[in-house]
Amino acid sequence: MGKRIGIEVSLAVSEAVKLCNTDVVAAYPITPQTHIVEHLSEIIADGELDAEFICVESEHSAMSACLGSAAAGARTFTATAGQGLELMHEAVYLASSMRLPMVMAVANRALSAPLSVWGDHSDVMAVRDTGWIQVFCEDGQEAFDHIIWAFRVAEDNRVLFPVMVHLDGFHLTHVVEPIYIEDREKVDSFLPPNRFPLPLDPKKPVSMGTFAPPVIYTEIKKAQEDAFQSIMPHIVECWEKFGKHFGRSYKPVETYRAEDAETLIMTMGSYGETASVAIDTLRAKGLKVGQVKLRLWRPFPFKELRDAVKGAKNLIVLDRCISSGGPGGPVASEVRSALYDEPVRPVVVGYISGLGGRDILPEQFEAMIERGIKDAAKGRTERMVILGARE
Amino acid sequence: MAEITVKDVKTGFIVDTPGGAKAYRTGDWRSQRPVYDQDRCVKCGVCYLFCPDSAIKIKEDGYVEVDEFYCKGCGICAKECWTGAFEMKPLGEEKK
Repeated sequence: MGKRIGIEVSLAVSEAVKLCNTDVVAAYPITPQTHIVEHLSEIIADGELDAEFICVESEHSAMSACLGSAAAGARTFTATAGQGLELMHEAVYLASSMRLPMVMAVANRALSAPLSVWGDHSDVMAVRDTGWIQVFCEDGQEAFDHIIWAFRVAEDNRVLFPVMVHLDGFHLTHVVEPIYIEDREKVDSFLPPNRFPLPLDPKKPVSMGTFAPPVIYTEIKKAQEDAFQSIMPHIVECWEKFGKHFGRSYKPVETYRAEDAETLIMTMGSYGETASVAIDTLRAKGLKVGQVKLRLWRPFPFKELRDAVKGAKNLIVLDRCISSGGPGGPVASEVRSALYDEPVRPVVVGYISGLGGRDILPEQFEAMIERGIKDAAKGRTERMVILGARE
Repeated sequence: MAEITVKDVKTGFIVDTPGGAKAYRTGDWRSQRPVYDQDRCVKCGVCYLFCPDSAIKIKEDGYVEVDEFYCKGCGICAKECWTGAFEMKPLGEEKK
């Protein structure tokens, strides 16, 4: 039997990596991700997990080592945050293009300058288009669960794409929560051994990540994109199987008190819970408000999003990242784009807040929703609305 | 290579048959080619050693020949040949 214990979320993530019988961890410590790999190095040094811990000199090397490890068919994990994710950026594309399954925990952090170690989604959005499956976690239990889930999805031979598990820096990584830690047998019976179908083998040599001139590059990228868009059923299936096995169910788009809501607020990650508190308060005041939580960020759940917001008049989207010089926040613009072809759609209002670790309190969510309703009534809103800045 | 369609692309674009690069004609990039004057050649093999594309082969008689399929026209052979057996000429003017 597993057991519920009070544990820091970062350490719970490490415990999940241990329970998954991971073969290789290559990582560099960077705030706010440090505790994850620090604890993993202890677990491996203590012999609790029979794995190679590769101490690399930078995140670029971490990802490069992971590429080799995954290509050899080893179960591979890394973790990073903010500047570290940027430093590994170009190698991040290789994992998805070469169809190498691996799991990366990203402790979401703002990007310099000015230097900030605190959380927002700027680092996530910079790797938005790298072709990785990306999910957001709202609390520590979800982070623990999604490491196990991610290995199964990534290594599913019908999928073969790497997975990023996003957990908000500090707001999740550094808090102690009661988390149900599953036991090894139960994880083993959910997660089959890695059967990577194309492992490097000296008896059957292959070349990976080769060169492509203009006559073939387009075909390769289209094949990759077709494959990426076709994996949605397997992602959903894995969540369903996870739910049956462990009793905790997840979906690409989740809702809270949204059934009859006129106004919805959309969040990703840890602020979902704070927004839920605001929803409860506003519901008690008689306002028909609800919440949409975007769990799956890539591949983008178009159908699920359209179904979730059907019938709502207003949709307020919280972004924790600025698309500089662009259409506001990246999530809001994607949501607008996803709904544009719908004959009936809610008015989408995008707000940017919670940058660089700035707290958003439940009262501020209430104010955000009330302002959103007013702004939506005007029909159109300003492009770039950054809330909470002293002016 | 041009006939490969989206359907033909293997997962991860893995190349499982060796020698794929051998079939790729790198010689059509060039804007100039080396013209070889066997009378000035002393069979020293310097051009063969320096050619970065292994496009120069030593024949049985010790003289060399340029593999036009792979020669990128970089001019290293002409620069390194100390007897001046190679002369780089722009494409279209080789025969002059």
